[in-house]
Amino acid sequence: MKFGVVVFPGSNCDHDTYYVLKDVLGQETVLLWHKDHELKGVDCVVLPGGFSYGDYLRSGAIARFSPLMREVREHAERGGLVLGICNGFQVLLELGLLPGAMLRNKNLKFLCQFVHLRVDNPATPFTRLARRGQVLRIPIAHFDGNYFAPPESLAELEEQDQIVLRYADENGELTGETNVNGSTAAVAGLISRRGNVMGMMPHPERASESALGSGDGRLIFESLIRS
Amino acid sequence: MRVRILVSFKESVLDPQGQTVKNALLTLGYSSVKDVRQGKVFEIEFDGISDEDARRIVPEIANKVLANPIIEKFAWEILGEAKQV
Amino acid sequence: MIDPKVLSDHNLTAEEYEKITALIGREPNLTELGIFSLMWSEHCSYKSSKAFLSRLPTSGKRVIQGPGENAGIIDIGDGQAVVFKIESHNHPSLIEPFQGAATGVGGILRDIFTMGARPIALLDSLRFGPLESPKNRAIMDGVVAGISSYGNSIGVPTVGGEVYFHEVYSRNPLVNVFCLGLVEKTKIFFARAEGPGNPVLYVGSKTGRDGIHGATMASAEFGQETEHKRPNVQVGDPFKEKLLLEACLEVMEKGLIVGIQDMGAAGLTCSTTEMPAKSGTGISINLDLVPQREDGMTPYEIMLSESQERMLIVAGKENVAEVRKIFAKWDLDAVPIGEVTARKNLKVSFRGETVIDVPVDAVVNLCPVYRRPARKPASLRSAQTLTLPSPPKDLSSVVLKLAASPTIADKEWVFRQYDHMVQTNTVLLPGADAAVLRIKGRKKGLAVTLDGNALYCSLDPRTGGAIAVAEACRNLACVGAVPLGVTNCLNFGNPEKPEVMWQFKEVIEGLAEACRTFEIPVTGGNVSFYNDTEGLSIHPTPVLGVVGLIDDLAKLVGPGFREEGAVVVLFGETIEELGGSEYLRAVHGLEKGRPPGIDLKKERAVQDLCREAIREGLLRSAHDLSEGGLAVCAAECCLFGSSGTGCVLDFDDEMRPDAWLFSETQSRILVSVAGRDLPRLKELAEERNTPVKTVGRTGGTELIIRQNEREIVRLPVETLHEAWKKAIPRAFSV
Repeated sequence: MKFGVVVFPGSNCDHDTYYVLKDVLGQETVLLWHKDHELKGVDCVVLPGGFSYGDYLRSGAIARFSPLMREVREHAERGGLVLGICNGFQVLLELGLLPGAMLRNKNLKFLCQFVHLRVDNPATPFTRLARRGQVLRIPIAHFDGNYFAPPESLAELEEQDQIVLRYADENGELTGETNVNGSTAAVAGLISRRGNVMGMMPHPERASESALGSGDGRLIFESLIRS
Repeated sequence: MRVRILVSFKESVLDPQGQTVKNALLTLGYSSVKDVRQGKVFEIEFDGISDEDARRIVPEIANKVLANPIIEKFAWEILGEAKQV
Repeated sequence: MIDPKVLSDHNLTAEEYEKITALIGREPNLTELGIFSLMWSEHCSYKSSKAFLSRLPTSGKRVIQGPGENAGIIDIGDGQAVVFKIESHNHPSLIEPFQGAATGVGGILRDIFTMGARPIALLDSLRFGPLESPKNRAIMDGVVAGISSYGNSIGVPTVGGEVYFHEVYSRNPLVNVFCLGLVEKTKIFFARAEGPGNPVLYVGSKTGRDGIHGATMASAEFGQETEHKRPNVQVGDPFKEKLLLEACLEVMEKGLIVGIQDMGAAGLTCSTTEMPAKSGTGISINLDLVPQREDGMTPYEIMLSESQERMLIVAGKENVAEVRKIFAKWDLDAVPIGEVTARKNLKVSFRGETVIDVPVDAVVNLCPVYRRPARKPASLRSAQTLTLPSPPKDLSSVVLKLAASPTIADKEWVFRQYDHMVQTNTVLLPGADAAVLRIKGRKKGLAVTLDGNALYCSLDPRTGGAIAVAEACRNLACVGAVPLGVTNCLNFGNPEKPEVMWQFKEVIEGLAEACRTFEIPVTGGNVSFYNDTEGLSIHPTPVLGVVGLIDDLAKLVGPGFREEGAVVVLFGETIEELGGSEYLRAVHGLEKGRPPGIDLKKERAVQDLCREAIREGLLRSAHDLSEGGLAVCAAECCLFGSSGTGCVLDFDDEMRPDAWLFSETQSRILVSVAGRDLPRLKELAEERNTPVKTVGRTGGTELIIRQNEREIVRLPVETLHEAWKKAIPRAFSV
């Protein structure tokens, strides 16, 4: 599988993601410059974390107008794989490739910490190596991760099994306390109806080596590699 | 022409910043405060456009860029010609 | 034109003015006076501290760059070097906590990446007044948010630091920011303006009236219409800086430039004089070419502006087009504004007229140096006299109280606002003795710590200074790191007060002696004087940033107990030393006595033992004893462990129980070790002639401490955890 990691001005997890895909997992990986119009033949586009354009307007709001996003949209419409991590998830929402929007965390503070995620849909290219209900320990680091969707679209998300990851405790239980940022339905990761575009707030690239405290994030990348 | 655009959360969306300000005001004793909504203000200066142009362009800009229609609404007004120093 | 009022507005004395006149051979104009005022200020010239700072050791076989550049550089082998520095942003953070702290982070980052290094870690030493006061809470909230906003956005992890609370910081909070960068040894750049004829380029944000030297506001020139001209708070733009960082590193990586300097504090003035002064050249610039954000700026304002996210670059003519292309790729301008000259002056033109023409050497190097009078404070003797109160009956609740004292309590409220993981090198998360970073592709790692106990320094500055170094190095020893170099941020009151000068001089002596003993060079730092409000000075607060090297990260241990049944061993001896302790301060309201003594040779032996034991893989955990003494250290070992494992400690000694528990005797480390490794550990200790004592075992769910078989402390780890974890969030939830 060939991966392409998009570099926006202000991306800051681009190199971390590239490192995990290329050096840790040994996959062919390229960086894609946001001003280009060239996906370089990648199978999976990764929109990395960071603060694209400083997130001065809204997180991900300006990045969606980057030249390369036209190709990314076409790639997604052809059924190509797209993974948005953190700021990348926010960009996917702004692009309309995933439904909903992000609000400021409920405590109005930036949150950087490990969280537990329950895999609620293992039948996706991003989670196929997981069991239903499996708990992953992966860190978050964001200010705007409080997922919002209007009730009608939420019902649809539930119905179509599009909520892939939820904030839970270490046993997979959902409690108010574990939903650290206040997301609707404890949404941590979401997939498109077609099942080829996923956005997640937690950073799997920060949990892909045991030296960093958890290897659980590899499951996401390794699932993709098996796709 | 200068235009002011106000972007704020829709009524159906929880506005934690606004809630925090409201609680602070109540704590300070302003007991008549009923609700606070926080928003963003944009002031845009246009070069040589008519009111009619503005009615077309401003909502377009607001919908496309300044506000996220899923969570936000906007209102706007024309401020006049003079550039404030 | 230059009357005594103008001079005093510019903080220049009549003697200094005479010297300026003599140096340039005429009366300066107001803009030139502004230049001298800025560069001869305490902040830029170190005129009160220079004479004493020379006492610090600055050389060593690993030193690539000592003091005098943007940051110090130390060789770490394998063709790599670390670049690091600490700087204060105290005054701006008092005026506007969020932006003050944010721009502090921005400034220290630029100091690191102007040398060609990629910043890999930030740490902060923060001191605030007690959290009972809403004002102090607002300052802390703003400072932490400011650091978080800038560091997170630019993508450099804030991996640790310290937060202290004391009344003296209510009106003078301290915000000291530290940055560490990593660079290939062949890719290091310096602030040089070499090669007359080489173009001088201005890059980054446009210049506005940000933070123009306070002097301008009051000066005669501006008189009435000052409302919109008053010095503005500098506002940081981390997004712009991220672009600047990438663009600068790219032109440096490609070897396209000759020299580069940041234009943060003291702006264009500092860069256009320091760069040529270091190269024996001059610089000539045209202010009309400087990108400006506001209309009608005067030469004075342009030269003295402290707008952020700007750099001055000197490049060979042949490379200018390529440099501009790279900056354009990152949506940044690189504008030629002048050139390097053989004539050693700064010559500035504006609308066709020469507005500045002064020798750079005079501006940069010939500021008078002062040896200000120093006098031991008369109050010191009584402060050092301590009559110990009798020990409280219920020592368990004292331990609980200390665990909840904000200085000791869990700082997660702070750290989780910082992205401490970006760049995926953070091996030991914030809260441990030292932050530990891996270097991708290598076995070795880097450890960094910030430390300094101001209360000790106020009671005995020389000892306090030595302890600051000792404790910082001990923090590193606890993760198995060898200290390589030090950067210091010296926060003091008004140096014109002889008592403050005496404290300064004494602290430096203590630092110098300790650095010599540990053989670690000081590679730079920062002095922040005038930390007093309404005549009240802060405690003398030296903050030490020490960087260390770990040979093999696989051997790394943390501070927390890892499992049941390990043997708990105390390195070093305990004596009754409660003077200046957190226990006396927090529990008895006493800030008195002499701080603990320090025997630097013994200290070094304890640290060597700890490092060696880690290297041999003997230890399961290691944590240094500091504020709160043994009891707090043992509590933290339980709290830092992921499993909530408790411990039972036994002592047979006749010392007063509170001294056993809370004495802050130096040169001690509490470790846990598997029983089978105990004999080897004892052997190593004997070889080093260092006392080690088996004091108990890990296990259970309580912290239990017995003296002569009598139980003096018993606390469920969960209760401790609750007190420790919630103290700071609770203070903010009022």
